[in-house]
Amino acid sequence: MSSPHRSPAPVALGPLVLIALVVGAVAAAFAYTAGWLSPQRVTPDKVVDAFAPPGGPALGHRRNHVKGICFTGVFEANGAGSSLSEAPMFQPGQYPVIGRFNLATSDIKAPDATVRVRGMGLQIAAPGGQLWRMAMIDPPFFPVSTPQALYGLVKASGSKDPDAMKTFAGAHPELGHFGAWAQSAPWTGSYAEEPYNSLNSFVFTSATGAASVVRWSLLPAAPPVAVPPDELAKRAPDFLEQEITERIKSGPLRWTLVIHVAEAGDPTSDPSQAWPQNRRAIDVGTLTVQNIDPEVNGPCRDINYDPTVLPRGMGTSDDPFPAARSSAYRRSYDLRTAEAADYPHTAAGATP
Amino acid sequence: MIPITQRFKPLQRALHWLMAVCILAMLFIGVGMVSTIAPKYLPLIATHKWLGTVIFVLALIRLAVRWHYGAPPLPADLPAPMKLAAELSHYVLYFLMIVMPLLGWSMLSAANYPVVLYGGVHLPMVVPQSDSLHTMLWNAHFYLAFLFFAIVLLHIAAALFHGLVRHDGVFEAMAPVRRHDR
Repeated sequence: MSSPHRSPAPVALGPLVLIALVVGAVAAAFAYTAGWLSPQRVTPDKVVDAFAPPGGPALGHRRNHVKGICFTGVFEANGAGSSLSEAPMFQPGQYPVIGRFNLATSDIKAPDATVRVRGMGLQIAAPGGQLWRMAMIDPPFFPVSTPQALYGLVKASGSKDPDAMKTFAGAHPELGHFGAWAQSAPWTGSYAEEPYNSLNSFVFTSATGAASVVRWSLLPAAPPVAVPPDELAKRAPDFLEQEITERIKSGPLRWTLVIHVAEAGDPTSDPSQAWPQNRRAIDVGTLTVQNIDPEVNGPCRDINYDPTVLPRGMGTSDDPFPAARSSAYRRSYDLRTAEAADYPHTAAGATP
Repeated sequence: MIPITQRFKPLQRALHWLMAVCILAMLFIGVGMVSTIAPKYLPLIATHKWLGTVIFVLALIRLAVRWHYGAPPLPADLPAPMKLAAELSHYVLYFLMIVMPLLGWSMLSAANYPVVLYGGVHLPMVVPQSDSLHTMLWNAHFYLAFLFFAIVLLHIAAALFHGLVRHDGVFEAMAPVRRHDR
């Protein structure tokens, strides 16, 4: 078609239109993939924004579970976990941990007595760079079944519409179950007396390739002492941090790590449903907390307790939460590290 | 106009088209993964890390192959501004192919995230955890990704312009197959 000695002719419109169409189509596909054409898509940015308290987020801090205190210690594996997972930290031995006791609130000024849910972030490190990170809370089940429902719950609880919560609860009956727990479960006066539950399920794979769907719990050695909420309300706004800082002076704190193994038909994808009590439970070792450090200069400050940071022998399951949490935690981490100047390290260094 | 007749070597064309697919996929995965909380977030992230490593290795091979074989000359009658744009955009493309994976890797290191590829391969931490470094690397990785995509679009537009409007042989030099009517 093209002769080598074509004279310059006016550019035909057709090819230019075609080029514009091709480039436009690629750009449009990109915009669609990025969610720019889908205002309904629940993005990590939206989730993180929804958690912000009315006065705005505490800059430089985690966007949820904002109040917390660091700890270090060891996880001592008894070897029993090896039957479930080839994770190196299940081999008998001691592995260093960096953790964080925290409160499930995005309001950094919330008094400790007003926050119903308490949590623990934990990282167990094995030689060779294998890490197991987890973020657990003390209720025995989660308020809602899906990440979308959690987003809806956070939006409804922050809504100015007085009926928003009622409407949400009507559409999510599992929330009533959680409400009953929140009303009736005893409060304690210490992070040391709480159990911490994964709630989400994960898949453990043994060295022989056998896979099990599991959840886990850290059960406290310290017996829980129930304290009425109005009694806690009289304590200092940071009484939990003060208490744990004092308590560690009289000796290390311990938890037993128990792995619960699902059976066929158990609701592995829905953390709002507990598994039957009689499921196989394997005691795989002991967490010993030896030191407490304030977060500002503490070793937990810079750790994102992303529950999808898993060693070999562990993976995610059909539970949709770990992926959603990973995505939102990453957003929170990106924000708070960019705002580090708003939460400066103190000159004195970490208190021992 | 005299169309150029020299083409890139088959190895160069193979690398170009393989990387074209990888890089476009990479850019789409990147914007897709940071805008979702769905379960696909995890496989997207895993693929992004793995594919980034592949692109980095391919880019180094490609650079070596380019040094060895060179490239067909641009048509002599290509206007100077277009020639400059062509050369600059290719420098930028090579730069991004090599720098983006390094930025991504060091950004993860600066956030103290273990970098694990498929098969359980742990990449070493290349920088220590640092809030300020993480923010700098994150910004660079994020904004350069959009620059990368913009230049890819420009590259596609220019290639089609050569092939459909100028008919100067530049498109054919990299086209996977020779057109039958030539």
